[in-house]
Amino acid sequence: MNLNHLLRELFLPGLLVALPVAWFILWIERKVTAMVQQRIGPPFMQPFWDFVKLLGKDVPSRPGLDGALTRLWPILSVGSMLGAISLLPVAPRTSGFAGDLILLIALLEMPSICLVLAGFTSRSLFGQIGSAREAVSSVCYSLVFMAALVTIAASQHTFCLPDLASGAITPMRCLGIIAIVICIPAKLHMNPFSMPNAEQEIYAGPLTEYAGAELALWELAHGLEWVAMTGLVASLVIPQTGSLGLDLLLFSGVALGLVVLLAGTAAATARITMDISVRFYARFGLLMAILALASGLLTRLKH
Amino acid sequence: MNLFKRLLCTARRKSPWIFHLNSGSCNGCDIEFLTCLSPRYDVEQLGIHLEGSPKHADILCVTGPVTKNAAEALRTVYGQVSHPKAVVAIGSCPATCNVFADSPSIDGPLNKHIPVDVFVPGCPPRPDAIIEGIARAAQILAEGKATVGTEEDSSL
Repeated sequence: MNLNHLLRELFLPGLLVALPVAWFILWIERKVTAMVQQRIGPPFMQPFWDFVKLLGKDVPSRPGLDGALTRLWPILSVGSMLGAISLLPVAPRTSGFAGDLILLIALLEMPSICLVLAGFTSRSLFGQIGSAREAVSSVCYSLVFMAALVTIAASQHTFCLPDLASGAITPMRCLGIIAIVICIPAKLHMNPFSMPNAEQEIYAGPLTEYAGAELALWELAHGLEWVAMTGLVASLVIPQTGSLGLDLLLFSGVALGLVVLLAGTAAATARITMDISVRFYARFGLLMAILALASGLLTRLKH
Repeated sequence: MNLFKRLLCTARRKSPWIFHLNSGSCNGCDIEFLTCLSPRYDVEQLGIHLEGSPKHADILCVTGPVTKNAAEALRTVYGQVSHPKAVVAIGSCPATCNVFADSPSIDGPLNKHIPVDVFVPGCPPRPDAIIEGIARAAQILAEGKATVGTEEDSSL
C-alpha cells in the first residue's frame, strides 16, 4: 500500500469525510422531521454541538469488567462503521478485493450486535427490553438484507464491491436495491421500526445507562451507520460514468434523496408493534430468499 | 481559555437536553411544559431536546411541590444526571409549595432537596416563560456557574 493509496483511504471516504457527512445527515434527518411537522427545526451545526457537549460531560465510573465492556461497545461500533465506509466503492478505483462484500455485511452487522450487548451489559431493565427487541428485529431484517445482497451478487457473479458497483442494472438488482432500502429503517431504528430505542416508552432502550463521551460515540455510530447504508445503496444505484466529479455528484444526490425519503417516512409514520414488524419482514424475507435462490440457480444453469 | 473549552461553552449553550420530572404536580405545569415541546413553540431551534433517560440530560425540569413519596425519587434522578447539570423549577409549587404549603403529605419546597438554578414562577407559567427559563439554565451551564449538589447526590 503506497502513500497515495493510504491518503485516499483516509480522505475519500475515510474519517475526515465520514464525520462531517454523518453530522450533516443527522441534521438533514432532524430538519426533514421538523419540516414535516411545519417547524423550523435545529440549526445547521446542531449534531456537532450535541457531540461536543456530550464529550465534555462526566461519564459515570463503572468498575471491573462491566465498565470495560460498556466502554468497548460504542468504540467497536464506530470502528466497524468506519471500516464499512472505507470499503464502499464511492468513486471508480482499483482497490477492493474478492469477497469484500462479505466483510462489508459483517461490519454492517456490528453496531446492531454491539447495541444488543450494550443493553444487556448495562443491567438496566429498560436496556434489556430494548436489547431483546433489537435482537429480534435484527434477525428479521438481516434475513432480507442478506438475501437482497446475495441476489445482487449472484446476478453479477461477483462478491467484489467495485465490480458490483460497476455492473449493469438488471431487474434482479433493482429488486435487491428496493429490499435493502426497506431494511434501512429497521437497521437505523427509525419509525415505523423504532421499537428497540422507543424513546419515552422504554426510556432510551439499550442506551438508557450511557452518558457523556460514550453516548457521543453511540450518536456518532448512528450517523456513520446512516452514511454506510445510504452510501451502499447509492453506490449500487448510480451508473459509473468514469468522471470522478460527476460520479461524486450523482453519489451525493442519490444518498441525499434517500436520506430525505427515509426521514420523511419516519416523520410521517408511527411506531408499529414487534409482531407486525416481524410478520412484515418474515413475509418479505421469504419472497426475497426465494428470488435469491432462484436467481442463483438460474445463473448456474445458464453457464 | 483554550479552543476546546471555548467550543464546549458554546456547545453547552446551544445543546441543552432536558429531562422532565413531575414531583407531585397538579398537572397544570406539565401541560404547559409539554406545550413547549409542540411544533408551535419548536424548541429544537434552540437545540433543546427532551431525553428519555436522566443520564442523557443536562437540565432537570421539575414541576410540583415535592410530595413525601417523590422526594427520594427526586434525589435519585438528580444524582443520575451527569455533571455539569442545572435544575429549572417550573411553576410556583417547587418554589414555595404554593397552595399545598403546610400539607402533611408535602416535603417541599424543591431547594430543600436539590440545588435549583432557575425558578420560573407562575401557576402555571406560560410556555414562553418555561423556554426562557431553560435557555437561562443553558447559559448558566455555558458560564460554568451551575450550583453543584453534594457528593452524596452525585454518587447516586
